[in-house]
Amino acid sequence: MAALEEGFTLTAVPLGSGPDGPLGVEQSDKTDQFLVTDSGRTVILYKVSDQKPLGSWSVKQGQIITCPAVCNFQTGEYIVVHDNKVLRIWNNEDVNLDKVFKATLSAEVYRIHSIQGTEPLVLFKEGAIRGLEALLAEPQQKIETVISDEEVIKWTKFFMVFRHPVLIFITEKRGNYFAYVQKFNSRILSKYTLLLGQEEKSVTQSFSTSVHRKFISLMSLSSDGCVYETLIPIHPSDPEKNQRVVRSLLLKSVVSGNARSGIALTILDQDHVAVLGPPLSASKECLSIWNTKFQTLQTSKELPQGTSGQLWCHGENLFMLHGKFLTVIPYKCEVSSLAGALGKLKHSQDPDIHAMTHFVNWETSQGYGLGSQNSEQSKRILRRRKIEVSVQPEVPPSTQLLAAVQKDSEKHIEVELRKFLAVKRTPDFHTIIGDVVIGLLGRYKAEPSFYPRNCLMQLIQTRVLSYSLCPGLMEFALEKTDVQILQLCLQQFPDIPESVTCACLKIFLSIGDDSLQETDINMESVSDYTATIQDGEIEEQTEILQNGFNPEEDNCENCAQELIEKPRAATEESTSCPVTGKRAALLRNAILHSAYSETFLLPHLKDIPAQHITLFLQYLYFLYLKCSENATMTLPGIHPPTLNQIMDWICLLLDANFTVVVMIPEAKRLLLSLYKFVKSQISICSELNKIEVSFRELQKLNQEKTNTELYSIEVLELF
Amino acid sequence: MGEFKVHRVRFFNYVPSGIRCVAYNNQSNRLAVSRTDGTVEIYNLSANYFQEKFFPGHESRATEALCWANGQRLFSAGLNGEIIEYDLQALNIKYAMDAFGGPIWSMAASPSGSQLLVGCEDGSVKLFQITPDKIQFERNFDRQKSRILSLSWHPAGTHIAAGSIDYISVFDVKSGSTIHKMLVDRQYMGVSKRKCIIWGVAFLSDGTVISVDSAGKVQFWDSATGTLVKNHLIANTDVQSIAISDQEDSFVVGTAEGTVFHFQLVSVTSNSSEKQWVRTKPFQHHTHDVRAVAHSPIALISGGTDTHLVIRPLMEKVEVKNYDAALRKITFPHRRLVSCAKKKQLLLFQFAHHLELWRLGSTVATGKNGDTLPLSKNADHLLHLKTKGPENIICSCISPCGSWIAYSTASRFFLYRLNYEHDNINLQRVSKMPAFLRSALQILFSEDSTKLFVASNQGSVHVIRLLEGSFKHLHTFQPQSGTVESMCLLAVSPDGNWLAASGTSAGVHVYNVKQLKLHCTVPAYNFPVTALAIAPNTNNLVIAHSDQQVFEYSIPDKQYTQWSRTIQKQGFHHLWLQRDTPITHISFHPKRPMHILLHDAYMFCIIDKSLPLPNDKTLLYNPLPPTNESDIIRRRTAHAFKISKKYKPLLFMDLLDERTLVAVERPLDDIIAQLPPPIKKKKFGT
Repeated sequence: MAALEEGFTLTAVPLGSGPDGPLGVEQSDKTDQFLVTDSGRTVILYKVSDQKPLGSWSVKQGQIITCPAVCNFQTGEYIVVHDNKVLRIWNNEDVNLDKVFKATLSAEVYRIHSIQGTEPLVLFKEGAIRGLEALLAEPQQKIETVISDEEVIKWTKFFMVFRHPVLIFITEKRGNYFAYVQKFNSRILSKYTLLLGQEEKSVTQSFSTSVHRKFISLMSLSSDGCVYETLIPIHPSDPEKNQRVVRSLLLKSVVSGNARSGIALTILDQDHVAVLGPPLSASKECLSIWNTKFQTLQTSKELPQGTSGQLWCHGENLFMLHGKFLTVIPYKCEVSSLAGALGKLKHSQDPDIHAMTHFVNWETSQGYGLGSQNSEQSKRILRRRKIEVSVQPEVPPSTQLLAAVQKDSEKHIEVELRKFLAVKRTPDFHTIIGDVVIGLLGRYKAEPSFYPRNCLMQLIQTRVLSYSLCPGLMEFALEKTDVQILQLCLQQFPDIPESVTCACLKIFLSIGDDSLQETDINMESVSDYTATIQDGEIEEQTEILQNGFNPEEDNCENCAQELIEKPRAATEESTSCPVTGKRAALLRNAILHSAYSETFLLPHLKDIPAQHITLFLQYLYFLYLKCSENATMTLPGIHPPTLNQIMDWICLLLDANFTVVVMIPEAKRLLLSLYKFVKSQISICSELNKIEVSFRELQKLNQEKTNTELYSIEVLELF
Repeated sequence: MGEFKVHRVRFFNYVPSGIRCVAYNNQSNRLAVSRTDGTVEIYNLSANYFQEKFFPGHESRATEALCWANGQRLFSAGLNGEIIEYDLQALNIKYAMDAFGGPIWSMAASPSGSQLLVGCEDGSVKLFQITPDKIQFERNFDRQKSRILSLSWHPAGTHIAAGSIDYISVFDVKSGSTIHKMLVDRQYMGVSKRKCIIWGVAFLSDGTVISVDSAGKVQFWDSATGTLVKNHLIANTDVQSIAISDQEDSFVVGTAEGTVFHFQLVSVTSNSSEKQWVRTKPFQHHTHDVRAVAHSPIALISGGTDTHLVIRPLMEKVEVKNYDAALRKITFPHRRLVSCAKKKQLLLFQFAHHLELWRLGSTVATGKNGDTLPLSKNADHLLHLKTKGPENIICSCISPCGSWIAYSTASRFFLYRLNYEHDNINLQRVSKMPAFLRSALQILFSEDSTKLFVASNQGSVHVIRLLEGSFKHLHTFQPQSGTVESMCLLAVSPDGNWLAASGTSAGVHVYNVKQLKLHCTVPAYNFPVTALAIAPNTNNLVIAHSDQQVFEYSIPDKQYTQWSRTIQKQGFHHLWLQRDTPITHISFHPKRPMHILLHDAYMFCIIDKSLPLPNDKTLLYNPLPPTNESDIIRRRTAHAFKISKKYKPLLFMDLLDERTLVAVERPLDDIIAQLPPPIKKKKFGT
């Protein structure tokens, strides 16, 4: 839940600025200290927590600061531009700006950008960008013109994407907007034309950006009061070409549609934006925080004395001009949760904070009551889906799908599902999928002949489902002994209860081979290596010997007598896969990978019949042998179970069923060979430990040898 | 800054001699240290413990005792039976006098400083009167049965305690007779040892005698009654040395296990006047026998077979955090033992009794930072030149062209001509050295190897022209009248026009070699000069002092340069000033006039005068691993001091050419490997 805290005034005296407000508020290299540049001649350094200025610098009478002062984080110096072309660099100790370092540039500067971790950049009005160092080395260098004649830079931002600096600036030319993205790792300037939606005739007032994975999300606040989002790829497919990007509506009517000025937008975090402006045409100006994910208003605060339509966000503070004073309002944005997104309830409120409450009708997300929003909400339609509706008037596929689930034939549902999956995923995609599954299962319960297996498979494979989202699904599959769906679920769901895992295991172990043959199971590389094992039995045996396992040598007590008589049989048993490929695939790829907690799993394991336990143990033992065959202790395949997983399962099975397993005659041999193998492994490990120590000594000797070399020629570079 | 090929030389097999005696002089705050090879070194504790003077050793002169007397006169006595007085101005031996008592084991100056007492092998204790320019035998005390190993005066000068084998004698100075004989228990942990040697005694003003002995005991005796008062068993091995503070409130003992114990006189209970000697702190800074300890007002000083001189400050006595507040361990001499012929890539190593000449190897490979390049030719040991006679070498030098080698002992000067014929070296001694060239404190060849400059111990500097196989005396720069201080450091300008010479305390004199006259004198500075060099082209004299200040003085302008003024105004980085060892060598880059290369034992530094100076906030030592940061950031953070601590302990470092450095390292492990094995101590669990 986002919250605005009590704000405070930073300046005791009104800033010497005109109606335009200050030029900028920029972070300094110390936390909690900010540089405020007013639109006249003064730069003031404030310590926000103390609410007092630490320093103030002014340019001479007649000069005017044209670009907000920034701090060079690498040196701690401050940089400002006055009279468009004159660059000044100073630090805390300097008193008079006239006497500090001065560089006159050959072109007019639009902004200087400085962020932590990289050198400051200078953006010229003509669109050229220079690093400060390079510029200072030759201040009079020629600055090329990048943008066309009538284009005017409206807004710019500098940020880091994967540790590479990226500068974006927006230009306007006769109502058309263009975005330029300059990446400094590749030195590529990409140009994008921002396409407005069809109905827009509004003027874009304010921009803000954030980075989401592979996209720069450019949000803009238009004079019609809506927030639009434009995704600009960070790695464009064809950087040279002038590309077009479409902007989509994100939030509607966050400010009054006829506010001509004084509105501003800034992104606070992934899900939150702060908007400054009058919420209704007649109302006073407000600062509000909106959650874009759930499209709710989180909090708002009235600013009765009016603002300049400028909003800066640094750290946890929002800066704005309130009346004639620069005001700081700290804010907090918590990770958006469902409960938090329900918005702020109208309860005891401070008199000066007018909070607007917005309830989201969760029924709408279920796809039932699109038109049933109450009158209060009809003014403020927040849902993106509603916007989609307005763009294309037909019913969205999800609604159709949900309707189809209730009555249509399996074929028809499949068609609808495919249609639904084909369109762009909306934020409530997973809830819709969950609803569809629940709908399908509900229908199955009502009419048992209806078994939409393909649909379910498709839905599971969307990878957005979880056990808790469709609680009945696995029970349904267990009931149907549909191992294929179970396998998919085990692979896809992150939150399967242990009891269900165990039930699956039971089914996997008990299901008949012939019924397995009919099903189509994801084998994922299990088959290829079970086959090779059966072919090259003798070869395998020698490999085991290489790794130190030698049942003949090991003199186990009298209990091993039986084994010594039939060593050949034992090795044969251990090297051939005890289960068929498909069952192995089920066990290996589904069960072994599933997440579990021991305490909850153990009681359920006890319910498995003894012969199934033996079978599973045999298979695990087989896997364990396979694992220890190679030096890396891994199984072949794409996602093989790790040695630890195998060991854990062996231990779990034995823990749960030891008394039973000991009593079964056919398990006795297995246990013995397991015991002997583990014992030999332990002795190998202890031998390896010894070798490791010797090797370490050797290495030490080696190092000493290099150290005591009496004469060498080395290369040394001094920095 | 640049990439260098570094010849990393570790074959200089230098092993310092073990420390035998230390003597602290409270008046001048100086410390005299004698080593087992007879070398005596003087450390100025006020000047960051700089080793400002040294007297070369002598094979037959094993020093067993060292003491200051009568203010700042330094005496030593040894197993050859002689008492030696050192001339601290001329840096030579004033006189040696036989005490006629066989080897001398101990010596003590009277509290008044007018009398000197020696304890001899034959059991005699001899009293000498110290006259202004000599000492004079006065009388013998009662002869004892065995050698006198330790002596101590009562602070009033009326009695003496003498430690012998198995007993301590107390003498009355007036009569010279024994008042008491205090027998020391031979028992050692229940087992009777053969003998108990009293390694040290200390006489306190209340009449208490403290003795340390080979049975590991520290014992307190009442000299009036001759009885044992207290016994501390502190070691399983010998306790070899004792030193007491002037206030008699603390003393320090050193054991053969390398441990130093601090004893303090503390009140039995708080605010009671009754006080008691308590063993307070043990220190283990040595691996071998601690043969000698000293107690300065603020520090415990110890030295022994492991060759380190350790100065351990007493933190309760140190009031401000300054140079004295840190533990100091001095291992290497504060002078150069290596000289280098750059053109021929030769290194000359100076040992106590021989010189070694090595030719550096070569490589054709190149590499990046940190690489060790494969050698195409290894280093060659060309020459092993043994001195004649028992005296230690004072100084040595090889000419830049590599064809001359000069060295000097305390009484003779040697000059050799080297001829290289392929792999053979022909060594030819230049005979008939003139009489005035008897001993030199510093030898220097001019850059073109045509001139030889010799600083003699009379304060004069001789200029000699070298011809093929012979030489010609050109001139002698006499010391200014009234001063007798000898010159210890020389520097010549690469063009051969200027010669700078510095003593230990007075300023640096600059001579004009062409006109053969004194050009100017750099104003004297409080701290002694540790290294000197004249830069090519500019003829700027760079002077490093023991307080880690570096000055640059323009010889043509006779004033400090602007850079020097700037850095003095701003001050050096605090970490630079806190460095432990003095700068022992300064050199210059032939192609980059703005660079000064200097080094001490633990770092070398290239000062780039064109870069901004670091202030205390900047990181002084920045090894800066290669990062992907842009060059601009690097330039921003760059400052004038480029320091590398890769090579240490560094005895010598110089530029062979623009891209090649030579670094002579002497790893401490190699020195320890050559020391006798320490006493094995049982460690728990081993």
